[in-house]
Amino acid sequence: MTDEAIFEKVQEVLEDALGVDDDEVTPEARLGEDLGAESIDYLDISFRLEKAFGVKIGETEMFDQSVLSDPQYVQDGKVTETGMNELRTKMPHASEQLDRFAQDPQVEQFGDIFTVDMLCKFVKGKLD
Amino acid sequence: MRWIWLDKIVELNKAERMVAIKNVTAAEDVLHDHFAAAAGGGRAEQGYHGGPTGAGPDAAHPAYPVMPNSLIIEGFAQTAGILVGHAKDFKEKVILAKIGKASFTGVNAVPGTTVRYTAELRHLDDRGASTRGSVDLLDPLTGKSQPLAEIEMMFSHIDQNMKGIAFPEHNFVFTDQFMDLLKRSGID
Repeated sequence: MTDEAIFEKVQEVLEDALGVDDDEVTPEARLGEDLGAESIDYLDISFRLEKAFGVKIGETEMFDQSVLSDPQYVQDGKVTETGMNELRTKMPHASEQLDRFAQDPQVEQFGDIFTVDMLCKFVKGKLD
Repeated sequence: MRWIWLDKIVELNKAERMVAIKNVTAAEDVLHDHFAAAAGGGRAEQGYHGGPTGAGPDAAHPAYPVMPNSLIIEGFAQTAGILVGHAKDFKEKVILAKIGKASFTGVNAVPGTTVRYTAELRHLDDRGASTRGSVDLLDPLTGKSQPLAEIEMMFSHIDQNMKGIAFPEHNFVFTDQFMDLLKRSGID
């Protein structure tokens, strides 16, 4: 499947799950901050992606936030270098977003890495 | 008051589909506030959109009892929620988490009619479930049914999705009211 075809399907999933318009679903749009996704929406998105692409998505496969609540990876509200390495291992599809996040890895900004582009890369990885 | 907005389950295919009915009766107090007689004006602002025939309110605004759409959504939530709970033998605490869609046709559930809920399970895993379905209104006078609504809902298994929060051990979601409904509907 081409990158363009994946993006179009992801766009449809997000329109249905979040009630947003297609022009809002740009590659750089953040699911929470820009598209208004709340916690249950991530489960909805996961279910819809499974159906749309015929893949099985594990509970923490797409968004693994367990690192953020582990004291060995967080100090003074920031993810440590070891924590960043752990995140990169667990979420290889988010490498670009994690590189940006690493410049100022404040835990409260972690939601910014969940972009439409990251979702597309995740799906591409599942299909490969 | 019993918070059970279903009278009978008429079909239950495990982890697939459930159909339940609710007879609308003038004995329910809530219908008499929705809508009570009014001296005039203001009915439209209350959301009144005419009787089953589409006729608008007359000048005197007589009482027009109709089951509120919010309670129809609750009835669907109970139907779909039981379907989801039954799929895992009521071991999970199933909580309504999201109403993805609820569109209504404008048909009114007035006393003397029957609301029929049909819920289908679209997706189920350890974390929760998504469902969708339809609501129809049956008129015993004509034997005919009309579409009333289409609804999509998500449910969360809270012991899985809200780890770290302590919930009571017993399943406080599926109370005796729901278990009695299953029994009187002939479902084990």
